[in-house]
Amino acid sequence: MTVEELPLREVPGPSALGGGWRRSLDLLYLMAVTEFKRTYFGTVLGYLWSLCRPLMLFGVMLVVFTHLLRFSTVVHYPVLLLMNIVLFGFFQEATNAAVPSIVSNEGIVRKTQFPRLVIPLSVVLTSLFNLALNLTVVFAFVLGFGITPRWTWLLLPLLILILLVFSTAVAMILSSLYPRFRDVMIIWSVVSTTLFYASPVLYPLQKLSGPTQTVVALNPLTPILELARRWLIDPAAPVSGGTLRIAVPVFVYAAVVAAAVWIFRREAPRIAEAL
Amino acid sequence: MRTRRSDRLAQAPVAIEVRGVDKTFQIPRHRIDSLKERLTHPFTRQEYRTLQALHDISFDVRKGEFFGILGRNGSGKSTLLKIMASIYRPDAGRVRVAGRLAPFIELGVGFNPELSSRENVQLNGVLMGLSRREAARRLDAVLDFAELREFADLKLKNYSSGMMVRLAFAVMVEADADVMLVDEVLAVGDAAFSQKCLSVFSELRDRGRTIVLVTHDMPTAQRFCDRAMLIHDSELQYFGDIEETALRYYRLNFGGDVDEIRRAGMLPDVHARVLDVWLENSNRERVQNVEQNQPFVFNCLIEARRPLEEPVFSFQFLNDEGVELAGFTKFLDLPDGRRDSLLAGQQVLVSGEIDNSFLPGRYHLSAWVVRNRTAGDWAFHELRLLEFTVYGTDMGPGSIKLRENVQAVVLTPEEGE
Repeated sequence: MTVEELPLREVPGPSALGGGWRRSLDLLYLMAVTEFKRTYFGTVLGYLWSLCRPLMLFGVMLVVFTHLLRFSTVVHYPVLLLMNIVLFGFFQEATNAAVPSIVSNEGIVRKTQFPRLVIPLSVVLTSLFNLALNLTVVFAFVLGFGITPRWTWLLLPLLILILLVFSTAVAMILSSLYPRFRDVMIIWSVVSTTLFYASPVLYPLQKLSGPTQTVVALNPLTPILELARRWLIDPAAPVSGGTLRIAVPVFVYAAVVAAAVWIFRREAPRIAEAL
Repeated sequence: MRTRRSDRLAQAPVAIEVRGVDKTFQIPRHRIDSLKERLTHPFTRQEYRTLQALHDISFDVRKGEFFGILGRNGSGKSTLLKIMASIYRPDAGRVRVAGRLAPFIELGVGFNPELSSRENVQLNGVLMGLSRREAARRLDAVLDFAELREFADLKLKNYSSGMMVRLAFAVMVEADADVMLVDEVLAVGDAAFSQKCLSVFSELRDRGRTIVLVTHDMPTAQRFCDRAMLIHDSELQYFGDIEETALRYYRLNFGGDVDEIRRAGMLPDVHARVLDVWLENSNRERVQNVEQNQPFVFNCLIEARRPLEEPVFSFQFLNDEGVELAGFTKFLDLPDGRRDSLLAGQQVLVSGEIDNSFLPGRYHLSAWVVRNRTAGDWAFHELRLLEFTVYGTDMGPGSIKLRENVQAVVLTPEEGE
């Protein structure tokens, strides 16, 4: 028998990224891909569903808002509406799916050595795959409406990155609190619906006035949607300015990310015991 | 062989080092699961009951060892396993491990029924600590071991439970971790299954893997473990010899009066153990199942753990309902002048051909060994030592084909003759 001397190493213990970066990345990739496949493979239309969902929502909204509320004065309103739905849809899908993610993966959390952070991240990553597919449709519409490509299109990944980081932070908070507070799911479904209406998804911010406009302007998702509109669709679109209206969302991003890291690090080692 | 193995193990480097591990659980007296409760009673501090699960546990496991963590339900042994597996965090103390460690707390954890076995195997490999490339490289080996290559792309939900178990086993064996932590719940299920499960592990042990088995089943532990430890009321009670650990476990369970219980025949003793038991067909090949009407060869290798005076070996065949059907009892076959006794460490092979008159069905073998023939002290008693199937087409009532020479003859002459 060959006695190969393996050095003794301290076991990592349960944590957000236990088992090393490499393994966490492998697991993240595999979980996201399999979840993506799982969602669409069982269905007749497959990946097409991923596209159909926002398109159908878009169709309904388009009828309501161009015929009933007459937003037709807004430049390229249908394209704007579709883009907003796709971007907000990503945030909504990622966060809502993240809430029960750790609890529904109870088996692997309680019975294997598993980096906890990978679970909410994989949910966000799955949604990101969807977003990538949906954005191709948005671009098809953008070109279809005769909008000429401009260099500012290249800035879009920056916005997606901010949206991704923000969604991930929210997903981390929700998924780590849910095992202990089961109300999180209900609360978040209400909050995310509220956010939908309190973001300039269906309407441009300028259609609002007074305190309502201020409130919506302070929404952390507002600058993302407004900048996307200006950079992608209508360079003349107004963007709400003012120190406060920039400072508040930036502060919210930083606070949410900091809270996410703090809460997740605190909860991760004990999640298996709370399940 | 045995003794040399234990000598070799004593020289082996340490594979797992546990030092001063403490673990306390905070169990809410009344679990506050919702924010409303928290909001309506903002000042009532959540009341907790503390449960000390482990207190100051320290031990070493050597490389290549099959190590048992024994204890009753709720003694803290599974908690210890989960701490070693990085699932729980200890309050104090530390655990160090040499090489890659994989826990097996349940068979097929993380299997997704919606995915093909190919995808599941890869995901599970990564889960057990392989890199993605490494997991992909071993995919074929896993599918071959499970004999499921042709079903590689079938979704797991369409698998039979037998196929699923085979796949889970293959994943486990091919994960090839240096240290494996095995929970007894893995071995829950029918006897044949847990038997197979444990034989897979002892095979891995022979390949030099370190295996830690958590169990409260003493015969299993005695059969497989090199050394063991006993945990009782969250404390380490004993560490070392497996037989001694088992004996102390029985003392704990039966209030010290082990001898009384042993005399009543309720308890396996620790004076002998079965090293191996197997059947062979007439070509002297090891078989799991035997064909009807074909004689087979019975083999059982027994080792004396303590000196045995005047030993008696008895074997019984039982049907699936546990009814004894037949059996035989053997004394040592002694050359002239040899003392009718065994020294500790001596081995006995009970072996020979058996005329197979069993009808098709499932059968079990159980065994006992008695020492001091006249006094009849139990040295060993094991139920369901082996399970096998007799196959064939000649069905009949009961379990055994009688060797008869019976004819039906008409006596009264026919009318008109």
